[in-house]
Amino acid sequence: MVMSLACITLGVGLFVVTQATTTGFERFFIKTIVGTNGAIRIEDRIQETLRTMEAERGNDASGFVVEVKEGRKYIQGIQDPALLIEAVRRFANVAGTSEVLYGAAEIRSSFKNEAARVYGIQLDDHLQVSDLARQIVRGYLADFRQTPAGTLVGIKLAERLQLEVGDSFQLQVGGEVRRYRVSAIFETGIGDIDKDRVFLHLGEARSLLRRPTGASFIQVNVIDRDRATQDAAHMEAVLGHSASSWQERERTWLDVFRALRLSTSITVSVFTLIAGIAMYNTLALVVMEKTKDIAILRSMGYTRRDVTRIFLWQAAMVLAVGALLGCGLGAAVTYGVSLMKIRIRGIFTADHFIVAWSGWHYLSAVAISVVMVMAASLIPARRAARLEPGDVIRGTAQ
Amino acid sequence: MPSGVTPFADDAVLRCEGLHRSLGQGEGQVHVLRGVSFAARRGEVYAMVGPSGCGKSTLLYLLGLLDVPDRGEIWIDGQLMPRDDDAARTAARGRHLGFVFQFHFLLLEFSALENVMLPMRKLGRWSLSEMQDRAHSLLTSVGLGAKTHRLGNQLSGGEQQRVAIARALANQPSILLADEPTGNLDVRNSAMVFDLLTGLARQNGQAIVVVTHNPELAARCDHTLPMRDGQFVT
Ligand SMILES: Nc1ncnc2c1ncn2[C@@H]1O[C@H](COP(=O)(O)OP(=O)(O)O)[C@@H](O)[C@H]1O
Ligand SMILES: [Mg+2]
Repeated sequence: MVMSLACITLGVGLFVVTQATTTGFERFFIKTIVGTNGAIRIEDRIQETLRTMEAERGNDASGFVVEVKEGRKYIQGIQDPALLIEAVRRFANVAGTSEVLYGAAEIRSSFKNEAARVYGIQLDDHLQVSDLARQIVRGYLADFRQTPAGTLVGIKLAERLQLEVGDSFQLQVGGEVRRYRVSAIFETGIGDIDKDRVFLHLGEARSLLRRPTGASFIQVNVIDRDRATQDAAHMEAVLGHSASSWQERERTWLDVFRALRLSTSITVSVFTLIAGIAMYNTLALVVMEKTKDIAILRSMGYTRRDVTRIFLWQAAMVLAVGALLGCGLGAAVTYGVSLMKIRIRGIFTADHFIVAWSGWHYLSAVAISVVMVMAASLIPARRAARLEPGDVIRGTAQ
Repeated sequence: MPSGVTPFADDAVLRCEGLHRSLGQGEGQVHVLRGVSFAARRGEVYAMVGPSGCGKSTLLYLLGLLDVPDRGEIWIDGQLMPRDDDAARTAARGRHLGFVFQFHFLLLEFSALENVMLPMRKLGRWSLSEMQDRAHSLLTSVGLGAKTHRLGNQLSGGEQQRVAIARALANQPSILLADEPTGNLDVRNSAMVFDLLTGLARQNGQAIVVVTHNPELAARCDHTLPMRDGQFVT
């Protein structure tokens, strides 16, 4: 009993901890990517060329119609962003839209030159579709808003060029060179973005990139994040532009997180399995010791089901105590882990363990232990119920 | 014997007809009971006597519905006991039968009071306080009113046997079966336990079948049923 109690406690506790950390990091990752690249991105117009073939009505085959996608042409960029935005805003789930124009440029500070990507945005629109406000680590957005030549520079890029807030630098596109000022420095946590992105005002970007009309993409924010994929598919069909949700864009990483969560929960469930085996052993032993008592109870009118219930009840008590202790252990360790320092850069930026607090982790941990332990208890409990009182008593007294 | 037709039209609360039972497997199989018929009336005490190994316990287990005969039928209160309906047999055990085993068979981790309350809890006829009162008065009537809260393993053999008697009487069974209830007790104690058993049963109008080796005790019963080689002899 002590063994199974300990294993239930450990199984439940560790399950909770691993779930809390894996989902913690996963959610943080999702928050980062949605906060940076938006829930849905609409770009490239689609031109689909469909050809309809009617299969020949032969003698033996029934006729049918086949639609063949001959090809799908993507025409880069968005020609009329205002029109598209108006259409996108009609979707119920849409919370905000921001038109973005981007292009490659060379950035020059007094220190060195680097390749950069210039993103033209309308600040207030973009704040509605991203966490940009919270990603500012130095300087102020207000400065950017007021300064036509103001920019927001990624932290890694700023470090490489040794740029500080208030410094000025040059951007070159083709033969055109213009001078800008660092209004603020941002850190998304995503290395690829922080090392080459510069935000400009949209009008400024248009003239620098010589693109007086159109947009590169529209970044869309939604109210219900989990519906982004359906909405994107719907948008793609209705708007005739490719639309990708965060789930599609980051499928690789999301799959990694899912696999990690699954594999840790399987590993940790081994404890619960041991708890089940221990419970089976203990109960099988108790049933052997208690055959006499079982026979007495049966002789008094207790049914087979009553006997089963008595043994399952014992298992359930141990289970209840173990699960309770396990939840306590899980919560305590989760809290302890959340205080631990860890440095993660690249896919997101974190300086300590990120945990997610969710009742579901506790519920599923308890559910797994209930299933395992009760299933293991059922066998000895039913064996106890099958005992014939006459056989038992005859074996004990002649 | 056609089932459902009672062989004797009288007030027998317990009746059996043509019981056969073999025990053991293959070579070692023994034909223990060889056609036993018998009837017991309310308020009467029957002493079953006979040499060791003649089949007394085997018969009592059959009558107590703890075992199933190979052949023959048992009626309780005029009702034929089905041989393969475990639920019905279990219910009949709780409602009609009280059993005192040769060895006391208390649940040793439970107190005397709890042991006596066990059959009542299952029967569900009384409220908790009624059950406690009843268990208390039963234990008092077997002289253990002061030891109701002792655990089974804190009681002597004679005391345990008296708790077992109280427990057998708990559900007011119409039939009380006792297998050598005084077998492990000294003379004084066995006389006391025996008188208690028969006295209480007579008071309540219960039929009692008691196995005993003690001719003195057997003589105090209303009827003696001598058994030899799995049959009653007359
Ligand atoms: N499992 C068994 N296998 C074979 N024979 C058995 C078994 N159990 C009991 N017996 C035999 O059944 C007979 C009757 O036993 P029992 O009813 O206990 O006798 P009593 O109670 O009259 O002393 C004995 O001869 C005993 O050896
Ligand atoms: Mg015997």
